Amino acid sequence: MVDEGTRKTLSSIPLLQTKAGPRDKELWTTRLKEEYQALIKYVQNNKAADNDWFRLESDKTGTKWFGKCWYVHNLLKYEFDLEFDIPITYPTTAPELALPGLDGKTAKMYRGGKICLTDHFKPLWARNVPRFGIAHAMALGLGPWLAVEIPELIEKGVVTYQEKSEEAK
Amino acid sequence: MSTVEELQKRVKELEAQLASVQGNAGPARQKIDVMSSEVVDSNPYSRLMALKRMGIVDNYEKIREMSVAVVGVGGVGSVTAEMLTRCGIGKLILFDYDKVELANMNRLFFQPHQAGLSKVDAAASTLQNINPDVTIDAYNYNITTVENFQKFCDTIRTGSLTGGPVNLVLSCVDNFEARMAINTACNELNQKWFESGVSENAVSGHIQFIAPGQTACFACAPPLVVASKIDEKTLKREGVCAASLPTTMGIVAGFLVQNTLKYLLEFGTVTHYLGYSALTDFFPIMALKPNPQCEDMYCRLRREEHNLRPVVEVATEVTEDSAPVHADNEWGISLVDENTPEDDDCSHLKLVDGVQVAYSVPVDNSTPESSTGGAVAASELSLEELMQQMKSM
Repeated sequence: MVDEGTRKTLSSIPLLQTKAGPRDKELWTTRLKEEYQALIKYVQNNKAADNDWFRLESDKTGTKWFGKCWYVHNLLKYEFDLEFDIPITYPTTAPELALPGLDGKTAKMYRGGKICLTDHFKPLWARNVPRFGIAHAMALGLGPWLAVEIPELIEKGVVTYQEKSEEAK
Repeated sequence: MSTVEELQKRVKELEAQLASVQGNAGPARQKIDVMSSEVVDSNPYSRLMALKRMGIVDNYEKIREMSVAVVGVGGVGSVTAEMLTRCGIGKLILFDYDKVELANMNRLFFQPHQAGLSKVDAAASTLQNINPDVTIDAYNYNITTVENFQKFCDTIRTGSLTGGPVNLVLSCVDNFEARMAINTACNELNQKWFESGVSENAVSGHIQFIAPGQTACFACAPPLVVASKIDEKTLKREGVCAASLPTTMGIVAGFLVQNTLKYLLEFGTVTHYLGYSALTDFFPIMALKPNPQCEDMYCRLRREEHNLRPVVEVATEVTEDSAPVHADNEWGISLVDENTPEDDDCSHLKLVDGVQVAYSVPVDNSTPESSTGGAVAASELSLEELMQQMKSM
C-alpha cells in the first residue's frame, strides 16, 4: 500500500545488494558504501525535483546516524533533528528512525521519539530484504510520516515555527 | 543564598526522608536457605512445596537452582518477573532500557511513585522486597545495538547461579527488532527461550517456545498472528501506535510463566506455540518445526546438529509437505494433537486454523516493489569519500 508518488520516488532509489549487518566486518563496509551511494542518489533526486528534505551522516562505524529533516508547511520550513542506530539485526529489520525533539508530543511515536510506522511498512521492508536500505526507509517511512503528522502538530500548536532554522546549512 | 555545606546537609536529610518513605529499611523478611514444606503461616513456600505432596511436581525446590533472563520489563515482563520471584526462582536477570511512565499505569506491577525510575531498577527493588531469596541482576540498556548485544550475549552465556548459561530466556519485548536480536543471540548460543507478545490492538497474544534446531526459530517465518476476528477496515489506527490491556498482558504472562515452570521443573507438556484471541476466547496451540531454509545461519546449523542426534522424544517428527490447505476455514475451537495431518502455509510451519503469518515473503529474490531503480553499481570511491560527499551535499 504505497501511493503513486512514493512508488515513483522509491523506484528511482538504487537497490542495495549486500546482505550484511554491523557485525559482519568487511561485508558491512561494502553494505555501508551501498547505503551511502543510495542515499546520495536519493538526495540528488530530491534536489532535482526541488524536494530536498533531509541530510544524514553517520559515525565511522556506520551504526550511529544523525542529521536533520525538514518539512515545509504554508511556506514555512520546520526542521527536526533525526537520529537512529543500526541494530545488529539490520538489514533483516528496518532502522528505527527517531525524531527525539518530538518525543512525547504525538501518539504516533514510541519511546525516545521513534516514529510509529504503518502496518504496511514492515511487510514491505521484509519483502525487500536486503535490497532496501536507509534511503528507502526515509522515503517509505519518515517521508510519509512527516507529511501526515507535521501539519497536524502545527495545527495543534505543538510544533511552532522557529526563525533560526531557516538558515541552518 | 546557601553554602555548599548547607546544600549537602539538605541533600542528606532529603535522602534519609526518601529512604524512609520508600521503606528502604531492609527487606521485610530474612532470607531462607532451604525451601521447607512445613505448613505454617510464616513459610512463604508452603503452598508451592505442596505441589510435591500432590504429585504435580517431583522436585519443586530445584527452582532455587534455576536462572531465568527476562528481556523487556514492561506489561508482560514485569508480571512474569513477579510470578517467578514469588515462585522462588534462583536468579532473575532483567533487561530493559525504558523508564517507568504514568502512561504505563494501565498495566500491572509498577506504581505511580516509580515514574521516572528505570524499569529494571524499579522492578528489582520491588521484587527483592517481595522475595529476598532471589538473586536479581538488572541491566539498563538496549540489546539491539552493536556494543550492547555482545554484553547481552555474554550475560546469557555466563549469567546462571553457577556461572554457566541461564536455564531460559524469556522475551517480553514489544518490538520486532528486539525479538530478532534475542533470536540471533539464542541461535548462536544454542539457548532455549520463550517468545511472548501481545498484539498492538491489545486483544490477542501468544507465547512460543524456541529450542534452536528443534523448534522453529523466530526468523523461520514471518511473525505469526492470531486471527482476532476484527475486520481490518473497522480498525482505526489514526492517532495511536498501540493500545494495551492489563488483562491480555496478565494472561500472556501467566501462560509464559506456566510453561516456564513446566520446562524448568519438568512436569506437564511444554507448548511450542499458544495463541490467544481475547474477543472469542480462542486458544490455538501447535508445534512448530524449523524452516530448513531459515535466513538465520545458526538456526540451520542447530537444525543439522539436532538431526544428527538420536531422537529421544516422539514429539518431533519432521515431515515436509506443501499443501496450502489454508483457504477460508472457519476456525473452530480445536485442540490439535501433534499427529494431525499438516496443513502448511509457510512451507514448514504447520499452522493451525486461526493462526497466520503476518505477511508473506517471496521465496525467490525477484520482483521487489521498486524494481525499476536498478541496483547500486560498485563504487570507485572509498567509504570515506562517500561519507564526505554525503556530508557536503
